[in-house]
Amino acid sequence: MSETIKTDVLIVGAGPVGLFAVFELGLLDIKTHLVDILDKVGGQCAELYPEKPIYDIPGIPYITGHGLTDALMQQIKPFNPTFHLNEMVTSLEKTGDPGFRVTTDGGKTFECKCVVVAAGGGSFQPKRPPINGIEAYEEKSVHYAVRKMENFRGKRLVVVGGGDSALDWTLNLQPLAKSLTLVHRRDDFRGAPDSVNKMRALVADNKMDLKIGQVTALEGSDGVLAACAIKGNDGTVHRVEVDAMLPFFGLTMKLGPVANWGIEMDDELIPVDTGTFETNIPGLFAIGDINTYPGKLKLILSGFHEGALMAQKAHRYVYPDKKLVFQYTTSSTSLQKKLGVA
Amino acid sequence: MPKITYIEHDGSQHTVDAEIGSTVMETALRNDIASIVAECGGSCTCATCLVHVDEKWFAVVGPPSSDEEEQLDAAFEVKPTSRLSCQIKVTEAIDGLIVHTPAYQGR
Repeated sequence: MSETIKTDVLIVGAGPVGLFAVFELGLLDIKTHLVDILDKVGGQCAELYPEKPIYDIPGIPYITGHGLTDALMQQIKPFNPTFHLNEMVTSLEKTGDPGFRVTTDGGKTFECKCVVVAAGGGSFQPKRPPINGIEAYEEKSVHYAVRKMENFRGKRLVVVGGGDSALDWTLNLQPLAKSLTLVHRRDDFRGAPDSVNKMRALVADNKMDLKIGQVTALEGSDGVLAACAIKGNDGTVHRVEVDAMLPFFGLTMKLGPVANWGIEMDDELIPVDTGTFETNIPGLFAIGDINTYPGKLKLILSGFHEGALMAQKAHRYVYPDKKLVFQYTTSSTSLQKKLGVA
Repeated sequence: MPKITYIEHDGSQHTVDAEIGSTVMETALRNDIASIVAECGGSCTCATCLVHVDEKWFAVVGPPSSDEEEQLDAAFEVKPTSRLSCQIKVTEAIDGLIVHTPAYQGR
């Protein structure tokens, strides 16, 4: 199931800087698609601090991460970008001068003139618990996400964590599973109260088990789990026979596949030219927290500036025969038409 | 200026000056304590600046807030004296504080 999507520019990362790049490119008639590994737009603003204040967006004395994301979505609406969420860009290949073919883990292929890497601190990926040898069981028996519930039918499951992901999957998988044990470090859950009540009712009916403590060891062979050791807060260790374990400890940022795209890197960051924010590969740009240059500051406002300059250079690649005339949104009727306000 | 001692999991110790009003996390970053990641920059949303407060200092530092306690759910090998270092403010009262940093912050 592969589809090829043609676009002018593909933006990798739908955080604030990726979103604002849509605006700057849109003003220059450049069409964009965005890919993001999260299931929502906003990047760190959405994942790490949706309700936390930001005080240094020019002209906006105070806004939350969620508020800024919403405002940017409203600002770029006239340009109608297409979002591909829950997908990670896995490979990037140069096909022209410039021209790129980019594929995602969702089976999509993009063909585009330019690529803008606005990947911030990298991809948000599940935290791996520090249990000896856990890597060997990943894919087969240890799962950080549920792709198909059916895969867990009739299995003995251990779910680890105390948030909504752990509780939701506990409630969804319990009816299918042969047995289910939820493990959490304390007898208090931050998940939605309704989910907590439902889980407690299942425990009271002996339909599932709740253990307070942490998983400290795994047993099995060839990537197939047989049992895990759960250490209670009182120090006692229980051995639980298990076919699959699902740990939910939230997400962490990892650089991910960007490192394999042939871009020159400097300590997990991408050096760029500060006039164009282009990398060592023509037509491939890097803006926001993922780039580096003398004096770089990891501020959202810097990423906005970088996007504006990037768009000027991208225009030369997308419309090589058109002369770009600099215009202000305040006075240009043509820009205002694009924004739907003229 | 208050002093803080960070004892890393391999036993190495770093005693550094801490600015009043900053946090134990910021002080760690300023002094290149590698085991403090602080991915979210001090917003109490990522649980990658975990420290285990030395037993004899825990009463001075105090327990986590309920927000912080919830974030601790996303940390590993949490102990009764564990705190997120971005939530511990530097004051005169913590002069001499000892914290132990974990081997792994989730990445």
